[in-house]
Amino acid sequence: MEWVDFFLQQLITGLSNGMIIALIAIGYTMVYGIIELINFAHGDLFMLGAFLALTLLGMLGLGDWSGASAWAAVVIMLIASAGFCGALNWGIDRLAYKPLRSASKLSLLVSAIGASFILVNLGLFWGGLPMDVFAGGVAAAAPKDFPALVPNTNLLGEESLVQFTPKDVLVWVVTVPLMIGLTWIVTRTRLGKAMRATAQNPVAARLMGIDTDRVIGATFLIGGALGGFASVIYSLYNNTISFQMGYRAGMDAFTAAVLGGIGSMPGAVAGALVIGLVRSMSDAYLETRWTNTIVFGILVLILIFRPSGLLGSRVKEKV
Amino acid sequence: MRLLPTPILAYFAIMAALPLFMGTSGLFYDAFQAIFVFSLVGLGLNVVTGFTGLLNLGMAAFMAIGAYTFAILTSDIYPFQIGFWWGIVATVVIGAVAGFLLGAPTLGLSGDYLAIVTMGFGEITLDVLKNLDAVTKGTQGINPLPRPTFGSWTLELQQERGWYWLLLGFVLLAVLAVRRLERSRSGRAWLSIREDALASQCMGIPPKRTKMIAFSTGSALAALGGALFAALLSSTGEPASYDFQVSILALCIVIVGGMGSVAGTLVGAVVMVGMNSLVLVKLADWAGAAGVGGASNVLASPNNWKYLIFGLALILVVRLKPDGLLPPRLEGGSG
Repeated sequence: MEWVDFFLQQLITGLSNGMIIALIAIGYTMVYGIIELINFAHGDLFMLGAFLALTLLGMLGLGDWSGASAWAAVVIMLIASAGFCGALNWGIDRLAYKPLRSASKLSLLVSAIGASFILVNLGLFWGGLPMDVFAGGVAAAAPKDFPALVPNTNLLGEESLVQFTPKDVLVWVVTVPLMIGLTWIVTRTRLGKAMRATAQNPVAARLMGIDTDRVIGATFLIGGALGGFASVIYSLYNNTISFQMGYRAGMDAFTAAVLGGIGSMPGAVAGALVIGLVRSMSDAYLETRWTNTIVFGILVLILIFRPSGLLGSRVKEKV
Repeated sequence: MRLLPTPILAYFAIMAALPLFMGTSGLFYDAFQAIFVFSLVGLGLNVVTGFTGLLNLGMAAFMAIGAYTFAILTSDIYPFQIGFWWGIVATVVIGAVAGFLLGAPTLGLSGDYLAIVTMGFGEITLDVLKNLDAVTKGTQGINPLPRPTFGSWTLELQQERGWYWLLLGFVLLAVLAVRRLERSRSGRAWLSIREDALASQCMGIPPKRTKMIAFSTGSALAALGGALFAALLSSTGEPASYDFQVSILALCIVIVGGMGSVAGTLVGAVVMVGMNSLVLVKLADWAGAAGVGGASNVLASPNNWKYLIFGLALILVVRLKPDGLLPPRLEGGSG
């Protein structure tokens, strides 16, 4: 049955992309949960993570990557990008958001938009580095090829019409343990308890002796690191990166977070899987050029009709 | 009450006289025509964000709606051809209606959700304009567009001084209208909603209707800016000329100038758009003349610093001068 194969294929692609979006969406939802800020710069942080990974690969040498050495390179990139994005996110909070903790939410959001634009510009400059991986840096703004370290062979056999590749395996092998680990941190550790307390009531948390600034910093660090992991698997999955990709990825992830109920981590994952599926189904059965419209349309409709999201609890709205 | 306070009068006097000293420099006219177009968009956003405290990240979409409405109603390739002046009138009306239609279901949302809805609306508008090429001519844009006529005299495209004064005239009209509105019942309601929504509701101010009026006013002004932008180029340009970056430029104008200040918006437009279309272009010329430019080095092209400048402007102003360059004087209305 050909149409079943076709449908299964969209399902696999959609869910794998959804899991990548989920890692980014968790970063949005964690920050929103704790300081009620839409961290506009998060998508662009993800973009810079991909640029770091490609730079590292260029420094390691663009030889024949295969077998064990390829997997070693993947692990190195994952660790480096996660560390880089975590530290950068923490730094952005320190410089651009922390001084505004008592200012209006509008100022905070404007500051985040500013941070986002600065990161985009850094990505543009980064693409102009005179390295082989950036094609000598001549056309800085052009999309960059990301080497296919992970093979595209079909694990279901050459004759199968449905493609399930090591790339899909990579996505699940990286994302699922990260999500389990994060759940453990949030529900079982002292830090997690402090995070939940700060999210509920920062003043009371401070009165109970919680260093809320440190907790908020840790939230940015963890959220950023997840974005870094996401950037590497995204690049290995799609094999092309661009300094403008953060905006799209960020909007997808933010839509996912809102869809699942912003502030809720399981909600973010569920929302991301839905967005991934909507994207792949729309690409396959409708027209690719309308896919963005559909995703943004969903975002607008959800915000209008069910702003608390699919899994979120009903928030009491202020006037 | 005087019609306009001294700083605003001085602004218009200087601006009106400026072309007399500038000769025929194309760069000067390009930059200032853009400054006036964005002054209109900025004045609109100032009503929404500055006066009423609602963040609209989709101003570019309303500009696009204005540009395309004007183009479809006036261009020879469509049957309407209602002429420049009626086209402008219709654009302002349709801009206000578009703002009303987006505002009606969304203005109950709290601050940042509204920002995201308007941003999503901006993206949807762009995609629709790009994809509905049967109507919008896709990336080609709709052209040519008619020129304004005064009696039997027509303002031709190359008469840059005439366009300059025409646009300045529209900015003056918009400033008078916005200042009039600010002191009206609606305007006082905008400020009170911004300061304390709950208290003003208790005083009998309907929050939703007040926000709707602000939103429609802002959209109408942005649509006017878009229509004039298209008329100036005799083309709507491609849909990508109305992308998110344009909405952020409008936001920069209002934040840098001073939220809620009409004079601030005018100054913000000169600073931000002037930076964008005068300073960066001039720097690129110099870099080219000095031989450091070219496609080979990304840092050498001043245009590539644009995002960085916008981003830094937003962060630094919010942090160091949260009220902007020319903050409003609350006691006497905007200064």
